[in-house]
Amino acid sequence: MKELLIIAIGSALVNNVVLSQFLGICPFLGVSKKVDTAAGMGGAVVFVITIASLVTSLIYKFILMPLGFEYLQTIVFILIIAALVQFVEMFLKKAMPPLYNALGVYLPLITTNCAVLGVALTNVQKEYSILQGVINGIGTSVGFLIAIVIMAGIREKIEYNDISESFQGTPIVLVTATLMAIAFCGFSGLI
Amino acid sequence: MNNCTERIYNGLVKENPTFVLMLGMCPTLAVTTSAINGVGMGLSTTVVLVLSNMLISMLRKIIPDSVRMPAFIVVVASFVTIVQFLLEGFVPSLYDSLGIYIPLIVVNCIILGRAESYASKNPVLPSIFDGIGMGLGFTVGLAAIGIVREVIGTGAIFGRQILPLADAAAGKGGYVPVTIFILPPGAFLVLAFLVALQNKVRSNAAKKGKKVPEAAGCGEGCASCGNSACGGKVFPTGNEE
Repeated sequence: MKELLIIAIGSALVNNVVLSQFLGICPFLGVSKKVDTAAGMGGAVVFVITIASLVTSLIYKFILMPLGFEYLQTIVFILIIAALVQFVEMFLKKAMPPLYNALGVYLPLITTNCAVLGVALTNVQKEYSILQGVINGIGTSVGFLIAIVIMAGIREKIEYNDISESFQGTPIVLVTATLMAIAFCGFSGLI
Repeated sequence: MNNCTERIYNGLVKENPTFVLMLGMCPTLAVTTSAINGVGMGLSTTVVLVLSNMLISMLRKIIPDSVRMPAFIVVVASFVTIVQFLLEGFVPSLYDSLGIYIPLIVVNCIILGRAESYASKNPVLPSIFDGIGMGLGFTVGLAAIGIVREVIGTGAIFGRQILPLADAAAGKGGYVPVTIFILPPGAFLVLAFLVALQNKVRSNAAKKGKKVPEAAGCGEGCASCGNSACGGKVFPTGNEE
């Protein structure tokens, strides 16, 4: 139990997926203009990464490893993730329309989110068990949710500030990310 | 041959993936802690890009349009796996320092973007040169960011000390490294100033009435990527509009 808690806190705060591992920078910069949309995107990422880390761990343990096909992991994982995202989207559309309305528009954007593949590969690299892998997935994606929502909150305030012309748009967002990353460095003593 | 040199110029300068298109931001930020890592990552990506452009261009008349994205992904992922093994076998130090970012070349927007927008529509030779140009442009971008971070963060370039370090114990004055530049926050900061500089250049050029190429890519959200891979519909569902 303690070990699982350490994995979860480690992946959510200490090695934050966006601010210290640089995975999922695209949605972090692109979909963080408003808190609502950022929360929607974060929710969709939590949903997809949790399922994806479960499915990829299962497939790695029960198909790739027994057959000695470990070297195919990159190809297999990316295809699984791509198929999974589309499947989840279709399933939600039919079975859970309210959830689909909340997350639907963000789901297709997630296929090319490198955080999803990153988590699947980290699980293999660190030789996590299936449960540890899923916990790592949840931790990582919650870390993403925290980072993108904080960023959106700050960006809503920045809107009203007078920023020099060259720094408008992406640069000021990156400077904000710098300061957030410095703040998150403080978590490194946590474990 | 003119067409080929034009492709290289295009990749290096006109549509430089790092500075102009702002594509492939994840590896750009993650592996540029030193110049040598940046160059290593850039060259690995270049190799994958050239090979995948070549094969996709060869197969462009065979791959059915409706399943082209999965086909591209399989091609790219195969080459990434090959490059990963070559690095592990021959350059283990680089393999260790790049780590998980090598397999993540698969989801680099540049590669699928070039496959979709250039290699799948053009003959083999120009596609190869397009890959070389884009890859070198990416390498130059990563090396530039890597050099800035390494010099400020450690006082060295490519591992060679160019600024003598201060040694308080020996009472020797010298350069005090700003360690934060090789930590994660430094990556964001260097990129922020780079993009700001680029905005400045752009607005100056626009004032002079020059035509400025449109910046695409992740800065404005993946929707503006102009890359159907970013749309996420990898497998055909049969009800696309």
